[in-house]
Amino acid sequence: MRLPRITFWRIVIAGIIILGMYYTFIRYTKGLGAVTNLSDKYPWGLWVGFDVITGVGLAAGAFIIALTVYIFHIDTYKPILRPAILTGFLGYTLVAVGLLYDLGKWFDIWHAIIFWNPHSVMFEVAWCVMLYLTVLALEFSTVVFERLKMHRLNKVIHIVIIPLAMLGVILSTLHQSSLGSLFLIVPTKLYPLWYSPYLPVFFFVSAVSVGFAMITMESFLSKRFLGKDIELELLNGLARVNVLVMAFYLVIKVLDLANRGVLSDIFSTRYESIMFDVETLIQVIIPLVLLLVPAVRTSAKGLFITSLFIVVGFVMNRLDVTITGIEASSGTQYFPAFGEIMISVFLVTMGFLAFAFAAKYLNVFVHVEHEKDEPVEIIHDV
Amino acid sequence: MAKMGILIDITKCIGCGACEKACKMRNDLPTNLETNLSATAYTVVQERLPNTYVRRMCMHCENPTCVSVCPVGAFTKTKAGPVIYDKDKCIGCRYCMYSCPFSIPKYQWDRVIPYVQKCYMCADRIEEGSEPACTAACPTGASIFGERDALIHEAQMRIKDNPGRYVDHIYGLNEVGGTSVLYISSVPFDKLGPPFNINLPEKPLPLYTWTALEKVPTIVIVGGVLLSGIWWITSRREEVKKFEIKQKEKKLSEREDKK
Repeated sequence: MRLPRITFWRIVIAGIIILGMYYTFIRYTKGLGAVTNLSDKYPWGLWVGFDVITGVGLAAGAFIIALTVYIFHIDTYKPILRPAILTGFLGYTLVAVGLLYDLGKWFDIWHAIIFWNPHSVMFEVAWCVMLYLTVLALEFSTVVFERLKMHRLNKVIHIVIIPLAMLGVILSTLHQSSLGSLFLIVPTKLYPLWYSPYLPVFFFVSAVSVGFAMITMESFLSKRFLGKDIELELLNGLARVNVLVMAFYLVIKVLDLANRGVLSDIFSTRYESIMFDVETLIQVIIPLVLLLVPAVRTSAKGLFITSLFIVVGFVMNRLDVTITGIEASSGTQYFPAFGEIMISVFLVTMGFLAFAFAAKYLNVFVHVEHEKDEPVEIIHDV
Repeated sequence: MAKMGILIDITKCIGCGACEKACKMRNDLPTNLETNLSATAYTVVQERLPNTYVRRMCMHCENPTCVSVCPVGAFTKTKAGPVIYDKDKCIGCRYCMYSCPFSIPKYQWDRVIPYVQKCYMCADRIEEGSEPACTAACPTGASIFGERDALIHEAQMRIKDNPGRYVDHIYGLNEVGGTSVLYISSVPFDKLGPPFNINLPEKPLPLYTWTALEKVPTIVIVGGVLLSGIWWITSRREEVKKFEIKQKEKKLSEREDKK
């Protein structure tokens, strides 16, 4: 019997899984206080801020590409549709699993189905995410059915794929912006550099931007670790649209700061001001400037680095809104506990593993040939 | 039953803690007196300035933030005034804790099945026609229970009849749309610390998110129409393109045949 090769990454992953399982056991047998640094003064921390608020945004690429291919009929983007949908499906699944860790009464997570409060933004987010996860599952099911040669089921899905894609775009628009709306209710708690009546708009636009960046990152990671081809032309196209999105985001954010009379705060040396400045530099300004240089835009390395900046900056922005922004009003400080961090790392790692597993056993990265008159052996349209 | 409330006259509070003890006994909570609100202390008395005691408790807002934000509607503003919590509906998302402008809801972080904990103004005793345990226990009348309108009138009378003794402000009359728990004080409120020193708006906080939520049906309808329109236009474009290609091929093959 041949044992699998022991590599550096495999040791790291094994360590993460062991620690993840350990802290999972502690969380469910001893409660939230035993694993996290959450408290009455800081009821939301890394799990809400990263697993949920950031995680949903990072999975935004799926609806953008679905919109591009299914609604705008820009077929050149078909090759990246399946990886994008997979990233989305796994991303939203991880959000749901993350919630099962963070919710105090996680076993009642289904309560929003029977107990309704239409006045609650969180109720709307819960429903949108539930429905969208279903849409993603149905959209990705075509890849699974194809592999299992269940062509009749595939045909059924394909009849409804266009309405499903439209529903996915609407649901995504709603919940990506609603994640921002969650914070509208704390005007006296959230620091003015982040609190704005336009938070829903900011959250939506930044989700679109990071969606493009995540698709690019996912392409490069798949090449590095799974040996898949990169469609450089397509990524270049996404980057060019992203330049417009980021420019728009920067403009409306600056206008909003000026409109609320807090623009001068960006020059302060306060902790919040520095965090805001760094976040904006990494999330928008640096990638924007870099992508305006054609040499960067057309090179694989350039696209990878700018996408990395956008993703890191996005994570920072979401964590700033959820955690940094309420520190001053909370009366205390918060930094996640080791177990808290390990669980998040564990979830992300499982996501990567699931992606690699799917890429290995399913037709996720295939060039699509779509001819209606060809014999049945030619497998799929997307 | 009319809308009830509690009036807390800070000038009359001597910091004896009888209200804290009564609340703890009534709710079978651990009897050690605490300095801050917690999962085991629904009301606390804090010495904010020498001989100036402020009692903290849930404000039982008129338009409560917790009622609005809870995704499963675990909080209810009762007709009689108290804001109560249904622990069985709760999923433990803690949005109520995050959003309460007075930071009242506390959590049982050490429990495997945790619940939110806060004062419920002894809603069951009020229903029976009695009064909350805290107001019943107060020896000086610093905390009194009654109809909210009557308490407001009483507070106004006290301020008017004792010029110089009270600051001319009833805290809770208009803050975040008004609360069922009202305070009057001799010390300016912004010198008393939280929550009085927070610049709370008069607009109830739930209205801040309603402006976003009320747009949802519009987005769904407009989005659906827009996307359908775009899909139809791009579909037609594809069809026309395919048709033109076929026409071109037909013409080419006809020319070939003619040759």
